[in-house]
Amino acid sequence: MTGSRTRRILLGAAAPVGALLAAFLITSVLLLLTGSNPLDAFGAMASAFGRTRIILGTINQTAVYYLAAVAVAIGFKMNLFNIGVDGQYRLAAMLSAAVAGASFMSNLPGPLRIAITLIVAMAVGAFWAGIAALLKVTRGVSEVISTIMLNSIATFIVAYLLTPQMLAVLEGNNISTPKITDGGQLPVITFTGSTTPLASLGILAVIVGVLYSLVLSRTVFGFSIKATGLSESAAVASGISVNRMIVSAMLLSGAVAGLIGMPELLNGSAASYSLNFPTGIGFTGIAVALLGRNNAVGMVFSALLWAALDSSANALQGVGVARELVTIMQGVIVLSVVVAYEFVRRYRLVLEARDVARALAVQTPEAVAA
Amino acid sequence: MSGIDSDVATAPQAYRAPRKLTPAAWLGVVAAGIAVVSLVRIVTGADNLDSSGAIQAAITAAVPIALAGLSGLWSERAGVVNIGIEGMMVLGTFGAGYAGYQWGPWAGVFFGIVCGLLGGLLHGLVTITVGVDHIISGVAINILAPGLALYLSRLVFTDAPGGGQRQSPPVPDVGRITLPWLSDWLGEIEAKGWFFVSDLAGIIRGFCTNLSLLSVLAAVLIALTGWLLWRTRLGLRLRSVGEAPYAAESLGVNVYWYKYIAVMISGALAGLAGAFLVVGLKYQDGQTGGRGFIGLAAMIFGNWRPGGMAMGAGLFGYTDGVQQYDSSGSAMHAFLLLVTIALLVVALLQYRSGHPVVAYVALGIAALCLWWFLSTDELPQQLIKAAPYAITLLVMALASQNLRMPKADGLIYRKGGG
Repeated sequence: MTGSRTRRILLGAAAPVGALLAAFLITSVLLLLTGSNPLDAFGAMASAFGRTRIILGTINQTAVYYLAAVAVAIGFKMNLFNIGVDGQYRLAAMLSAAVAGASFMSNLPGPLRIAITLIVAMAVGAFWAGIAALLKVTRGVSEVISTIMLNSIATFIVAYLLTPQMLAVLEGNNISTPKITDGGQLPVITFTGSTTPLASLGILAVIVGVLYSLVLSRTVFGFSIKATGLSESAAVASGISVNRMIVSAMLLSGAVAGLIGMPELLNGSAASYSLNFPTGIGFTGIAVALLGRNNAVGMVFSALLWAALDSSANALQGVGVARELVTIMQGVIVLSVVVAYEFVRRYRLVLEARDVARALAVQTPEAVAA
Repeated sequence: MSGIDSDVATAPQAYRAPRKLTPAAWLGVVAAGIAVVSLVRIVTGADNLDSSGAIQAAITAAVPIALAGLSGLWSERAGVVNIGIEGMMVLGTFGAGYAGYQWGPWAGVFFGIVCGLLGGLLHGLVTITVGVDHIISGVAINILAPGLALYLSRLVFTDAPGGGQRQSPPVPDVGRITLPWLSDWLGEIEAKGWFFVSDLAGIIRGFCTNLSLLSVLAAVLIALTGWLLWRTRLGLRLRSVGEAPYAAESLGVNVYWYKYIAVMISGALAGLAGAFLVVGLKYQDGQTGGRGFIGLAAMIFGNWRPGGMAMGAGLFGYTDGVQQYDSSGSAMHAFLLLVTIALLVVALLQYRSGHPVVAYVALGIAALCLWWFLSTDELPQQLIKAAPYAITLLVMALASQNLRMPKADGLIYRKGGG
């Protein structure tokens, strides 16, 4: 009924490709209006990828964005909007950095130290998300509000804990958690000709992605999550406890969020949590999840696209264009992708209707003859 | 992803209208509140709990949040979830900065509104005409708008006198109202430190001293929204579009048209909220600081109604304003005692209305607050800043959850698709 295979593939590719074209077109217009040459700008962005450093940076960033996207997507599958991924990962990174850098850790074997750090990060992330889940199931507080508030509260708690009186140490003018000593970090993969190494913990993204895909497609739990997201009343009728699903989905989402900061912490050269730790990745995760339609594979591409755009932003300054052009492109891409998907969906419906009409038209004379 | 606020947890529970308080009863509640604050002020000596300066700071903090909440209210009442308020506010700040430094504050306000409206129009185009998920569109606008504003800011403000890459030249202030005789007289009474009378004087003085015309405008807009949406034909139709679009369609209402009106007003109000931040100051990158989201929270807090929304914004603004104004930190310390008393009242009310568990939880938190109050002399600066957020969360958790969002909120409407 759905037509030929090639047509399906073409239609599937039409939306993302169309959206990218639209993004280039719209930003080109903006560049022309503001007196810059679009070809120069896009050329500079593309030529950035001639450097190994940029490519490796893109891959590292892709893994981080992917983790953030999965954390958000777990909630989305349940119709839960976890805006709080941002606060969850920052609090988790800060506290796990404090544990990883604590003096008692130096005597433990390396793998155990890594495991403890990861577990603390996941636990903190899950705990912070769990507050929102608890408020939702017991008091009916919308997770949208509670996670927005929890994000801000996390910011101030991190600021409070990141003082010499609490968990941080002062080294010169820099304030950070105690540096993780040798053996508490994971080795990175270095490449010749590149100052940026490949973060080995990018593997976390692969593991999480595979698990996400398997749990959703092969387990009862995953089925329950999807069922609750698609129709709550049907889920209740088939014996699924909605409250339990909300709590487990939020806890899982928070636990994955806790992992977001880990490549930076356990592979990064700073080896600690400081004010320089990347922020705002949780919000990027929302966009990446939406762009990848919460699909395990789709989010790989959207994370890669996002990271590649980010990595090429610095090259823009070489041709005198503000780096915010990239942010604009990202926003336009999110908008145009959903618009393009909607148009493709409608076109597909038209094609299907035509197929059905044709099939019926062929059948009818035979039926008359018989 | 639609219906993100669906009442999953409270599921089949029937909606119970909150008890109506008569105006006299309201007055009594307010008077009792002031009396409690006054008592705490006298016990702790923290004058900034309700000094006129603190009240002014609270108004300044509350107005942009109330305008953002009003923005959300208009669009969600017509069934369009607007999570892009933050982005539209950013557009408003840029517009206000651009026009404000060149042609004066009111031009800035006008341009801010226009820029916000354009953002609303984009949201409408994508969600209403094309019909995609409202949240995706909002998220995209929140990415797009700050990027665009900063991109343009670098272009137009860098070489402007007094401007920079990330900020506009200073924008003059709109007029401010001070009732000269009344303000001075109230100031004298406030300085006496009497129980209740001085507090009342301080609060009233806060409202009639140095009050921005834009704050007055915001108050008028909130009242006007209540009247327009609940007392006029336009409002009835607009709300019907948010509750049951296909029923509205069957009655001959042009659903698309009303949704467009709603998102455009929503965008304009968000732009005004942005302009409020700029006027008297300047455009700065990252100036909105999540106020659009807080406004959204205030709107949900207020059950998608202007009065409740204003109360939510007021609560947040009060905590935030006192926190900002009080440099000594004593007011926020005294605030703990205030929270303790408030929690005791909540516990009592919840216990009497048959929610013992909530009452015990409230009692427990009250005990913690009291212990914290007694065992310290001042609070850490970083945690004080978290107070507005924590208190909003606490109130959300303890208040009875009789919230009901518009029935078709966030759903995609297609003409003839019912």
